[in-house]
Amino acid sequence: MTNQTVIATHPMVEARNIQKSFGTVEVLKGIDMVVDRGEVVCLIGPSGSGKSTFLRCINHLETINAGMMSVDGEPVGYEKRGNLLYELRESQAAARRAQIGMVFQHFNLFEHKTALKNVMEGPVVVRRMRRSRAKELAMAQLEKVGLAHKADAYPSELSGGQQQRVAIARALAMEPKLLLFDEPTSALDPELVGEVLETMRALAREGMTMVVVTHEMSFARDVADRVVFMDGGVVVESGPSRDVIGNPQNARTREFLGNVL
Amino acid sequence: MVRRRAYGRWFADAVLVLIVLGLIWTSATNPNFQWDVVFQYLTHQMILGGLVTTLQLTVLTMVIASVIGVVLALMIISDDPWLRGVAEAYKWLFRGTPLLVQLIFWFNISALYPKISLSIAGVGELFSFSGNSITPFMAALLGLSLHESAYMAEIVRGGVMAVGHGQGEAAKAMGMKPMQTFGRIVLPQALRVIVPATGNQVILMLKTTSLVSVIALPELLYSAQAIYSRTFEIIPLLIVASCWYLAVCSILGVGQYYLERRLGRGHKSKR
Repeated sequence: MTNQTVIATHPMVEARNIQKSFGTVEVLKGIDMVVDRGEVVCLIGPSGSGKSTFLRCINHLETINAGMMSVDGEPVGYEKRGNLLYELRESQAAARRAQIGMVFQHFNLFEHKTALKNVMEGPVVVRRMRRSRAKELAMAQLEKVGLAHKADAYPSELSGGQQQRVAIARALAMEPKLLLFDEPTSALDPELVGEVLETMRALAREGMTMVVVTHEMSFARDVADRVVFMDGGVVVESGPSRDVIGNPQNARTREFLGNVL
Repeated sequence: MVRRRAYGRWFADAVLVLIVLGLIWTSATNPNFQWDVVFQYLTHQMILGGLVTTLQLTVLTMVIASVIGVVLALMIISDDPWLRGVAEAYKWLFRGTPLLVQLIFWFNISALYPKISLSIAGVGELFSFSGNSITPFMAALLGLSLHESAYMAEIVRGGVMAVGHGQGEAAKAMGMKPMQTFGRIVLPQALRVIVPATGNQVILMLKTTSLVSVIALPELLYSAQAIYSRTFEIIPLLIVASCWYLAVCSILGVGQYYLERRLGRGHKSKR
């Protein structure tokens, strides 16, 4: 679906046998997944299947208990020196996270800052950009999501859809190599879902590498290169989006899709 | 339309008016109030000096207590059981003993430690302090700050807890370091909860400083006492002190209003 030439040899995200437990509850039971550069992958599945947890492992918001997760060839949360993996210090882990954008279900815009200041925060604080330069960048990103006219509005003055688009602009302002979306439209009123999906479609067209946890099956079918169906902490079925959603092979996938479509 | 008549309320209002008028009448006519003495001492040099000391104590105490309070709150929130334990023990000790006892204790610290010094082997003495040279002001500041910081810790912790978990997570996902996340995202939003409670603490502290009169620190109340112990004009001088306490509290209340309004930015529609 993308015609971007792949230069690097390693994929953007490479997950091998990812396991994660919260206390005695095993949430991820050995997930394998590869996301190539420029690829859009949608994770679908019932609640509690571990989709969001897996997504949060990609940028180290959760630490994995076993397996190997790497982003752009580097192990997540660790540094390889010789044959050993050394756990990163907080500041180093933070620097790695800065290269991965994340959009949350509940937007999580900084409520004490205007839309513009929200988008400027990362460039100024994390990327140490000059304020004037950061402001230009932030305005450009707000323009891109169609909210330049709301630059001075506080999050509480914006609709859910607008807040989520500002959150996308905020993630884009970090110029990430990978964007993670954690159910970006689940908290929105139905009539506001479209504007957010449209923004995400535009990003996909530009060749942004995206991993999207979603319940929007039409989005997954039309926009994703691949769809991964997860249930009970394992990958049940994955493949080209039209195949998985249009012609699922696994009985569990068929049952799930039958319920949501 | 004929409105219902609120006879009960009229009666209550009438009674209250009578009581208030009575109070004004008696305070104006009772010569023992000695209003002339009140006005004479209101701007007396000793009273003003005491007022300055009271204000200094209040401001310094709240600044020190806020700093210690933030540190304690961070310790209580942290995952480290030792940090948490020490902070909890601190709170337990300083909230569990009367401030009056703590003040007298610090004033008499020399009985426990005649000399306080910090030295490192090989480097020598870094700091030395004779317990006998502790001034009433230092003892007061120490006692008030340590006591108040235990309360400030709870207020700061409450404020931090009130900030949604997603805020810190979004900052973290963006690549902010823990202290950047706390300083730029969590604390500024926590202040919206912390400031009103702290405002009350400041007003309370202004009046609590009067306790230090027991260790002979000439703050506002002690200055008034010093005068009436000579002149025996007890009531007028207590009124003088009360006037100043009331005046400062009123100003603080106005300041609090504007500060809260400023911190409420971004939350207009939620009020």
